[in-house]
Parts: sequence; C-alpha cells; structure tokens
Amino acid sequence: MRNYLNYWLSMFRFAIKGGKLYYLWVGFLVALIGWGGLLYYHQLVEGLIVTHMSDQVSWGLGIANFVYFVGVAASAVILVFPAYINRNQDIKEVVLLAQQLAFTAIVMCLLFIITDIGRPERFLHMIPFMGGHLNLPSSILAWDVVVINIYFVLNLYVPAYLLYMRYMGRQTKWYLYYPLIFVLMFFAIGIQVSEAFLLSGLGSRYFWNTAILAPRFIISAFSVGPAIFYLVFLAVNYHTKLAVKSTVFDYLKSVMRVTLPINLFLLLCEIFKELYPGTLHAASAQYLYFGLKGHHLLIWFIWPATIMNVIAALLVSFKQFRNNQVLFLIACHLCILGLWIEKGMGLVIPGFIPTPLGEISEYYPNLDEVVLCLGIAAIGALMFTVIAKVTTGVLTGELRYEKKSSLKERD
Amino acid sequence: MFSRRSFIQGAGAAAGAAVLAGSKPAEAFTFAEFFQKHYKELTPKDKEAIFKRIEHETKAAYGVDVTITDPPPIPEVEFAYFLSLTRCNGNRKCVEACVKENNQSRDPAIQYITVLEMEAGSFDLVEGDRYYNPPEVPRKDKFYLPVQCQHCRNPPCVRACPVEATWKEADGIVVVDYNWCIGCRYCMAACPYEARHFNFTKPSIPADQINPNQSYLSNRIRMKGVVEKCTFCLHRTRNGKYPACLEACPTGARKFGNLRDPNSEVSQILKHKRVYVLKEELNTRPQFYYFFD
Repeated sequence: MRNYLNYWLSMFRFAIKGGKLYYLWVGFLVALIGWGGLLYYHQLVEGLIVTHMSDQVSWGLGIANFVYFVGVAASAVILVFPAYINRNQDIKEVVLLAQQLAFTAIVMCLLFIITDIGRPERFLHMIPFMGGHLNLPSSILAWDVVVINIYFVLNLYVPAYLLYMRYMGRQTKWYLYYPLIFVLMFFAIGIQVSEAFLLSGLGSRYFWNTAILAPRFIISAFSVGPAIFYLVFLAVNYHTKLAVKSTVFDYLKSVMRVTLPINLFLLLCEIFKELYPGTLHAASAQYLYFGLKGHHLLIWFIWPATIMNVIAALLVSFKQFRNNQVLFLIACHLCILGLWIEKGMGLVIPGFIPTPLGEISEYYPNLDEVVLCLGIAAIGALMFTVIAKVTTGVLTGELRYEKKSSLKERD
Repeated sequence: MFSRRSFIQGAGAAAGAAVLAGSKPAEAFTFAEFFQKHYKELTPKDKEAIFKRIEHETKAAYGVDVTITDPPPIPEVEFAYFLSLTRCNGNRKCVEACVKENNQSRDPAIQYITVLEMEAGSFDLVEGDRYYNPPEVPRKDKFYLPVQCQHCRNPPCVRACPVEATWKEADGIVVVDYNWCIGCRYCMAACPYEARHFNFTKPSIPADQINPNQSYLSNRIRMKGVVEKCTFCLHRTRNGKYPACLEACPTGARKFGNLRDPNSEVSQILKHKRVYVLKEELNTRPQFYYFFD
C-alpha cells in the first residue's frame, strides 16, 4: 500500500516537471477548461436554453461529439488485438498509450453526456443499487450506460495494473489481466454497436433507422483511431525518450489503407439506399446533401467532410502518396476532421431534420456549446498529456521504483 | 443495500427542513428532492409529504395556493381520443385551453398540441405548416391536422427512457415522473409525434394564470430540465370530466371516452365511422384516433 501511494507521489512529481513548452501547453488547456467550466456553470443556472438546441433538434454538438469519441475509445482495439493476442512486441511496447487514449476518450464521452442532460444531479437514478431504475432490457440508452461504464473500468484497470507492475519491476501475473483483454475487446465493439443501435433503434427517425449504421460506426472508428494514434505516436517520438518503432507506424498505415475505402463504400451504400428509391423517407438525406424546401445549412458541412474523406482515402490507397510522410499526415488530419463532421453535423443533426411532423428547423451550435465542447476536449487533452508523460516515463525506465531514494525523499 | 430513508431521517432531514423553512424558490436544490424515490415506490405517506412540499414550494415561488392530488386510474377504463378531421377547422382553441389547464410555460412557450395546416390532397407532413396565421380559418383547399400525444399502446418513448421515468398507466395514459426524469431527451428522439417537450429553462407562468387544481403526474408546475407531455388531462378525466382541449373545441371535432364500454360514444365511432391512426406503419398503436364524418 505504501509502495502504491509512493507510486502516485512519484508520478505526480514526474508530471509537474517539464519544459517551457510543456507548461505553456498545460496552461493553455487549463485556460480552455476554465472557460468551458464558466459557460457550463451558466448553463446549469439558466438551463439548456443557452444552447441552440430546441424541441425540434433536441440533441446537438454534445451528443455529436459523444458519438465520435465513443468511436475513438473503441478504436484502441486496433492495437490491443495485435499486442496481446498476436504478441507483436513493437506494438505491445506502446499499446498502453492507446488504451489510455481510449480511457481518456471514454471520460470525455461521460462528460459530454453529463453536460448535456437537463438534471445531471439525478445521476443516482441510473445506479441500480442506489435506488435507481435502469430500464433494462428495453432501453438502448440504459444498455449504453452499462456497456460504456464497463469499458471505462476495464480501460482504467488493465493499463493501470500493467503500468504499476512495470514501475515496480515486477513480473505481471497473466490471470490478473489477460482474460480481461478478451472482455475488453468484446466491449470495444460493444460500445460502438450499442451507440449505433441507440440511433438505428428509433423507428420514426428514418435517417438513422438503417442496418448499416453499426458497421459504419465500427469502420469509421477504425479509420479515425489509427489516424489519431499515428499523430500521437509521432508526438511521443518527438517529445519523449520513448521510441515508437517504425513497424507500428506501418501497421497503422496498413489498417487505414483498408478501413478508409471501406468507409466510403458503406457511405455509398447508404446514400444509394436513401436517394435512389426517391421516397419521402429520404427527406433527411435530401436535406443533408442537397437542401430541402429552401433550407440547406448542412450542405456546407457534409460536402467538405465528404471531399475530405475521399481525398484521405485516395491518399492512403496509393503507394506513392502513402509513402510520402507529408501527404500521409495530411490524410490523417483530413480523415480525423472529415469523419468528425460526418458523424456529428452529418449524422446526428440531420436525424432531427425534418422533424417527425415535418418541420424543418435548422441547427448549428452556438458559442456556448462550442466552448463547452472545447473545454471537455481540453480536459481530455490534459488528461492524456499527463498520463502519456508518466507512462512514457515508466516505459523508458526514467520513472521506476527505487527503494532507498523513495524512503529518503519521504524524510 | 443501505436505506436511503434512514439517511434522510438522519442528516438529510434537518438540512432539508431548513431549506424548506426558508422561502426558497421552487428551483432550489433540496435534499428531500435529491433523495426522493421513484413514483412507484412512494408510500401514501411519502406522497402526502411530497405533495405538501410541492404546494409549499409553489406558494413560496408564486404566492399561489395550489392543491396537488394523485387520482389513480379507474379500473376497467381504457381512455381513447377521437378527432374528426371533417370538423376541425384549425381555430386552435384547444391549444390555448391546454396551455392554461396544464400550467405550461408561456415563455418559452410549450404547447402539447401541434395543429398542422395541410395541403388538400396530401398527407405529406413536410408540406404541412404549423405556423399558419391567416385572418380567418378554415382556409380554402386546406385541412387541419391536430397532433398531440397519441398515448401509444406500444410507446417508443417508454421503451427509450433509460431510468423508467415515463410509463403507461392502467388506463393507457403515458405519464412522466418529473422528479425522476434526468433530462436526456432520448424519449423526444424516439417519439414519432413530437408529443414530448423539454423545459430548456425554468418555465414562466404569470401567477394569476396558474391553475391551482393540480396533480402530481400531470399539470403541476414543471421544473427546468425535464420532459413533459399531454396526459389526457388525467386530473380531470379520472374525475369524470372531459379533457380541457375537448371542452374548448367549438366545432365538436373532439370526442373522448372509455373504449372498454361498448356503449360509449368512442366505441360507437370506432365501430361505425371511417377511423385511422397516424403513422400506423410504425406500429405504435395509438389510443388517439382520427375519423371522418
């Protein structure tokens, strides 16, 4: 126990040490968090009226981000599988970072939800043994709560255990984490599926009510995830002493080579099914891509997003582009941004337009919503910065258990 | 499992009572509200205390004496609403009466009934207009389609709710426990009829327009951040009265009654008129019907 407390203490000490750039970055994030927090307080006092959401478009930027970051959280499985199941040593060396990114994304998801609901102080109503009533098995949202929280705990425990053992220089015991890896992979897919079923299970929202939604969520997550990991590992290589092997980058590239084109193909299937039959059920898709009855706000989001995704897919598909580091980095950014728009403004919002009774009420987020979401993103970024700093410290051996020195320091 | 009741009687009660004793507005955080159980778990004694508390809070906030009751469903009753599209002329008296009866927020305005002005010859709802404002109704070549909660027998909203804050009562009325709703708005996404409305901020009602005859599951004043909806005016209909919208309708387009009674007006309409339900393909099986006569 004392060792464990010292571990936290030494991690804390390690985390607060850094260069000028590090402090600047952390300060910037803290400022963003403060701004977001201030606006959230305003929202708590006034209610969700401070947002641009309405009875017609009852979910907005917060839920859109939630859906996206669930994907990011799930995508860690891309590295978990080869690291633990195929025992790829190069990937295993960095898989903890991916799992911690997943954990961070899940924390962000929970924050997006908490800040989006009308009565956050009633969270007890969701906890079964605290007098709550979780509406199982019928509510997909109740399932979502369960699945996401289990994934949260698994991603908290497994990397934390492995990291601590590494820090102490002790041998890991396989039965304390290995079986959980299988559960974890199952739940990574599970959070994506329950997320998709949450939307596709609504019979009256024709735009979401499609069988392809869950596969699309999984494929788009497996497109965005590797792109983010690629950038994160590059940053780790640049800023820390940990050297991520080139085989890891090659692996991420090869995943994107497969998933980005498949993602476009699934989109094509969806668009064809919506628009070719020409029924009134396609009103949302019509509105999204071409505008409806003089309203066409979302075409300014969906077309740039689609173009970004197409360019990203082309860049990763051809050898001469893919092997050019600059072009590949452009592809990563386009993919991250393009799919973010497509899953948010391009998927969550048009589901509400037109409304079930046919009103076209447009939505775009206001400053309050944007800053609140930025604040949550900053919390995620700060969390991951600190966690990644400590983790790379442990992995490179800069930060490890030293019996004598820790005793000395305590005196 | 630890008992929350014992906790309230201990530390919570003192704090809760202290908060209640002061003239706090209805929106204030109270321990009593925080630890309040789900409606279905409340004992008659709990209910009595809660209703007292709400009456007290309303008095403190608005200076109005109100009574909170909780009329139970009447056995062997299945309520049904029938609306004649032939007679409805789009005057929207029903909307006005509903807002007054149910203590809905005036600003921002919440209305349970949406009346669509439809193009003759089409049931495409996108072609309908809910903001019509001609000098006189009905307009030529239009027909009017009022939509409110359809009290589905297979309600997507009840299935959606993650915390069982909304359910279908024995007489078919779909209700919300406003003190249990967490405000996630998933039910609103699930509802095919836009029947559910969210309190984006604290409802505002002029004190002199408050209807003091209130019930816990229907027209008591709602709080910020929860979902509300039409309850067939259960505080009236379970006491043998008609819903407010029906009484306000000058054309006689609205009919309400008990489907289990074969001699009731609604049973007769179901048997003899041309009846249909909105969005039948979704299999929500509404207890709200439209007919032509």
